Order: sequence, then C-alpha cells, then structure tokens
Amino acid sequence: MASPAHAESLALREQFDTAAQQKDASTLGMWIFLITEIMFFGGMFLAYTVYRGTFPLVFAVASSSLNVYIGAANTVVLLCSSFTMVLAVRAAQLGQQRAIIFFLILTLLLGGVFLGVKAYEWNEKFEEHHIPGATFHLEGVAPDQQGHAQLFFSLYFAMTGLHALHMVIGVGILTVLILQTRKGRFTADYMTPVDVAGLYWHFVDIIWIFLFPLLYLIDRHLK
Amino acid sequence: MITQAVQEREHYLNASYGMKSWLLTKDHKRIGLLYLATVTLFFFLGGAFATLIRIELLTPTGGLVSSETYNKLFTMHGVAMVFFFLIPSIPATLGNFFLPMMIGARDLAFPRINLLSWYLLVIGGLFSLFAMLAGGVDTGWTFYTPYSTTYSNTWVIATGLGIFIAGFSSILTGLNFVVTVHTMRAPGMTWFRMPLFVWANYATALIQILGTPVLAVTIVLLFCERVFHIGIFDPTLGGDPVLFQHLFWFYSHPAVYIMVLPAMGVISELISTFSRKPVFGYGFVAASSMAIAVLGFLVWGHHLFVSTQSVYAGLVFSFLSYFVAIPSAIKVFNWTATLYKGSISYATPMLYAFGFIGLFTIGGLTGLFVACLGIDVHVTDTYFVIAHFHYIMVGGTIMAYLGGLHYWWPKMTGRMYPEGWAKLSALVIFLGFNLTFFPQFILGYLGMPRRYHVYPEEFQVLHVLSTAGASVLAVGYVIPMMYFVWSLRWGKMAAANPWGASGLEWHTPSPPPSHNFEETPVVTQGAYDYRGVIGEVIEVG
Repeated sequence: MASPAHAESLALREQFDTAAQQKDASTLGMWIFLITEIMFFGGMFLAYTVYRGTFPLVFAVASSSLNVYIGAANTVVLLCSSFTMVLAVRAAQLGQQRAIIFFLILTLLLGGVFLGVKAYEWNEKFEEHHIPGATFHLEGVAPDQQGHAQLFFSLYFAMTGLHALHMVIGVGILTVLILQTRKGRFTADYMTPVDVAGLYWHFVDIIWIFLFPLLYLIDRHLK
Repeated sequence: MITQAVQEREHYLNASYGMKSWLLTKDHKRIGLLYLATVTLFFFLGGAFATLIRIELLTPTGGLVSSETYNKLFTMHGVAMVFFFLIPSIPATLGNFFLPMMIGARDLAFPRINLLSWYLLVIGGLFSLFAMLAGGVDTGWTFYTPYSTTYSNTWVIATGLGIFIAGFSSILTGLNFVVTVHTMRAPGMTWFRMPLFVWANYATALIQILGTPVLAVTIVLLFCERVFHIGIFDPTLGGDPVLFQHLFWFYSHPAVYIMVLPAMGVISELISTFSRKPVFGYGFVAASSMAIAVLGFLVWGHHLFVSTQSVYAGLVFSFLSYFVAIPSAIKVFNWTATLYKGSISYATPMLYAFGFIGLFTIGGLTGLFVACLGIDVHVTDTYFVIAHFHYIMVGGTIMAYLGGLHYWWPKMTGRMYPEGWAKLSALVIFLGFNLTFFPQFILGYLGMPRRYHVYPEEFQVLHVLSTAGASVLAVGYVIPMMYFVWSLRWGKMAAANPWGASGLEWHTPSPPPSHNFEETPVVTQGAYDYRGVIGEVIEVG
C-alpha cells in the first residue's frame, strides 16, 4: 500500500491512502446524500407551493385547525436534540466515551419525544375526521371546497410522514452508534460515523424548521 | 485453453473463485461485470418487446396482438430500455470499471455502496420483471396521470416500485462517482488532466444526484394517489395532472443526458486514441459536459408544449432547449477537429465512433425541430419524436456503448475480440439502424401517431421498411453477443495496451490486478499525451 504508516490503523479501508482522505470522502458522501434528500423533499415542497398558491384561503383555514402550541413545543424539542447531537460530536472529537454515549442517548430520547407528540397529533386528526378520504370533513369550509382542504391534509400527512420516517431512521442510526461506542469503535482520531450521523440529524431537524411555519402558521400570516 | 503466462500472474478474475466471490465482491471491476450481465439481459428483454412491436406494425390492421397487449408491449419496451438498460449502461458498467482506473485509484470511494447499488438494480429489475410476467403495465413508460393513478388496471405499483428502487441504485452510483473524483485522484492527476470520459461521468453523476430523487418522490406521490386517492394529481379534488408531468420531466429530461453524456465521454476517448491526437479543445469539451448537465435541468418544459403550459413558459423553454445545442455542437466540432490531420486507424471502436457522430448529429438536429414551438405542435406524439430520440438513444448511446465495450474488452477480459466479425457487425448495425428509424421521421411528419397499432394503409410501406431494418438491427446485435462470449475462451491474448492509447488504464496489465496498479501511478502529463506511448505502437506494428 502507498502509505504503510496509516495502514496499521484498523479503521482505514484499503481503497484509501490516508485517514484524512477517508474522512474527506465520507463527509463529502454524506453532504451529497443530503443534497439528494433536499431534492427528494423538494417535490413535495413544490406540490405544496403550487396548491397553496392556488387555494390560499382554504389552506389558511385548514392550517388553523392544527395546534400551534403543540407544534411549537415539538420544534423546541427537536432543536434541543440538535444541540445534544452537537455535544455528542464534540465529545467524540475529544474522545470522551461516556459523554458520547450520554449525549447520544439524550438525543435519542428527545427524538422519541418528538415522534410521540407527532403520533398524538396524527391521532387527533383521525378523531376530527381530518384524514383524507370518504369521511373527510373540515368545519368552516364550503362543501365544494372540501376537496381543496383535503389537499392540505394530504400534503400535511405526506410531508410530516416522510419527515417522521427520516426521524425513525435517525433513531435507528443513533442506536447503532450507541452500541458501537460501547464497543470502543471511536477514538479522537476516528469518529467519522458520529460526525456524519450528526450531519444527517441536523438535516432532518432543518426540514422540520421549514415544515413548521409552512403547515402551522399560514393563517397568522393572513391576520 | 488459458495459457501458462496468464495462469502465473494473479489478476482480478483469478484472484478468487466461486459464486460467493462474485456476489459479495467489493471490487469495482467485478461489480462492473455484474452490471454488464444485468443490463445485457434487460437489453435483450427490451429488444424482444421491440421485436413484437415491429412485427405487429407490419400490417395496418393490427392482427397479431390486441390493443391492450400492444399498449403493454410499448410500455414494457420503454421501461426495460430506459430504466434498466440505458441509464445504468455506460456509467455502471464501463464507468464502474474504468473511472477509478483512469484517475489512478484502487477502487471507488465506497465499494460496499457500489455493491449495494448493483443489488438495488437487480431487486428493482425483479419487481418490474414480476410486473411484466404477471400481466404487464399499459400506461406508457411516462406513467401520465390520471390514467396511471385512477384508471389503469395493470401492474402500475409493482413497476413503479421497481423503478423507485432502481433509482436509488442510480443515485448511489452517482454519489460514489462524485466522491471518488473529488477525493481519490492519484498524485498529479489534476482536474484538467482527467480523461474526458471521467469528466462526462462526473457530469452525469451530478444529474443522477440532483434529478433522480425528484423521480423518487414523484413515484411516492403517484403511489399515495393510486392507493389512498389523496388528490394531488386528481382534478376532481382540486389537484392537477400536469403537476405530475412537470415533476416527471424534471427528472426524465435530464435523464436523457444521463444516457447520452457518458456516451459522449466514450467517443472522446475513441476519437483521440484512434487518431493519435489529443482531443482538440480539451477544456471546452470538458466544460461542455458540465454545461449540458446544467442546461439539461432547465428544459423539461419542452415536453409540455401542448399540455396547458403558458405560452410564455413555452417560449422560454423553447429558447433554452435551443441553447443545449451549443455545448452539444462544441463536442461534435471538436471531435471533427481532432480527426483533422490525425493518424486515423479504422479499428472497430472507431467505426462505432464515426457512426455515433453521424447519427447523434441527425438526432440532435431533429431535436431542434421539436424544440421549435410551431413544428412541435405538428409533430407532438408522432413517429417523428420516436425517430428523434431513437437516433440519440440507439444511434448515440448504444453505438458508443458498443464502441466502448470493444475498445475496453481487451482490458476487461485479457482477450481480443475477432476484428473481422466486429467490423461486419458494426456495419450491419449502422445500416439496420438507419433503415429502422429513418422511415419513422417521414412517418411522423406525415402524421403517424405514436402508440397506435392500427394505422391507415398508406403508411404501410414505411412501416414495412422500418420492420425490415429492425430485423437487420437485431442480427447486428446478436453477432457481438456471440463473438464476445466466444472470445472469452478462444480470443487472442491481449497486450497491456493493444491500441497504443494514453490513458492510465492501459498502463497496467490486461486484465488488471485486483488493486488495478502494481503501485499508485504518479501523473505528470495531460490525458492525451501520445509522446510517451509512441515506442509501444511501433512494437505492436
């Protein structure tokens, strides 16, 4: 191999010459993956933009049926989870094993709280007949515009559903990281998985930062 | 019949044996061969559907199959060819094999992800194959709503799922290529010393990364619409079917460049090698690949000229579509200028390169016809459009794919293909191709619509010509298939650099060792510097 000095390191894969090259590749790979994720969510943001532009008033009424306080509280929970994730990455950089595990578990719990609250909100929608389908009905919207209100909720479920799916995947990644940290996989010199998982977690957080105002705060804009 | 010399040297083919050593391989060269086998299978499957279509169109009355079956035939032809052959064809086989070698790397940046992407293509292919065997799908490869979401009673979901999964294969290949080009270049391999094939695949990878996720989310929305009837594309709920067309073509127009850009990269290599000259205007050819990748994202609206798009949007999209002709023309002119005063040899790969330049030019120029609003309204959904994109896809991409396969075959297998048969089949393919598709320009201009199996009698002569051409073309494709397999055992042993080419991939034995190079190469010159390789050519004679 080209540089035997680094070949001793178990974490260095054979296609790379140096640990720095491997870290560059992994980090760039995750950034590119996140770009593909932006394009993936982009299709739904486009659909949202088109229909909110077409039916602005119905969307405002439909949006006002969502509970802003619960949504805002959940936003705070998610922001806190991003903070604990940063602390976990920092702990990994410093090679503090126990701190990594502590902050990863904290991040995991906050992510779990977010998903729990989301589940509660969805359940509410079932009880209020705000699920798109035959029994859909939204108060305060004319009968001929129920379909347009239903579009809002279709987008609401598609977008928050896709976001929640990413959260669930993120929770899975955190679990794997916690187990790997316990086995002592990460050192101050090799903590790339923690680093790129952090990037992913922040990305999922940022998506929510856009979803929250777009879905919950439309009617505030009109008032 | 393997000779002693080969048995002594270890290379990537004899490093390990057995099913497991292939199915769990992380070697980009072996994965390239796995892709080669997979896409070849889908090529002949798509070809079989095309054969049935052409036989059906021999007579104007539509006697062979029913309308429903015919709808399924052209849909499955499109799905198999576009998603499971053309898109993975050059990047995933030749690109996978040679992109790391051409930049002096031992492998791609993420070998396990590379293997995963092959499995995703296979799993996606199996879903679509299942749909085809279970009864097929009849929406056309474009899956336009609301037909696909509400009315079609065929295997839309299974086929769509197959395309969705195969899409992630494409995304991961693109991601791997971009990261590899950024981080894995050998010492001295600067960006502007990279071969143009690498530039072309890099540009392609950017399109795969940015475009394919949009197709994925479009398919997700299509599923939601079909299963839950959520109303995004359903006008009765306020949705808009044209939104689907925008989303679909936002991917599927750039996808055309996923199919043709790597082909252009192959042609740059072939033209340079077989005229023994650096590519004229190297920087412009490299930049034109990037320009095509960028402009490709701005022209999707030219598929919607007759779909309630505003006139002003139509004007802008028409203008931008003309714009794509500029980087395309830069390539064609620069290839031609490379030939000028070159020391040209007429080996089989070069014949394919000549075929590509001529046919791509016709395909490209007729693309300007359909980019023109007025003419497009006349020829929309006619055989003119069919002929246009088959000149690009079959006349362009498949010509370059076969040219590249012949060019790199000695490196991949360590064996030469039989030159006489290869030249014959290149000629047969060229003649058969033109006989198949040129009449379709005339048919379309006269008003023959696509996707109909019953047509007025005055079109029969042109349809018979086209079917006759397709028969010749089929023979042309079967011959290489046979002699490539034959050459694996009986072909002449290949030297390390049988063409006197300049790329790094020729500076290692044929077939290459598992880690590509005995030691990491240090690059001191541009991609097409032949001064160093003159000696070898005199030796070869």
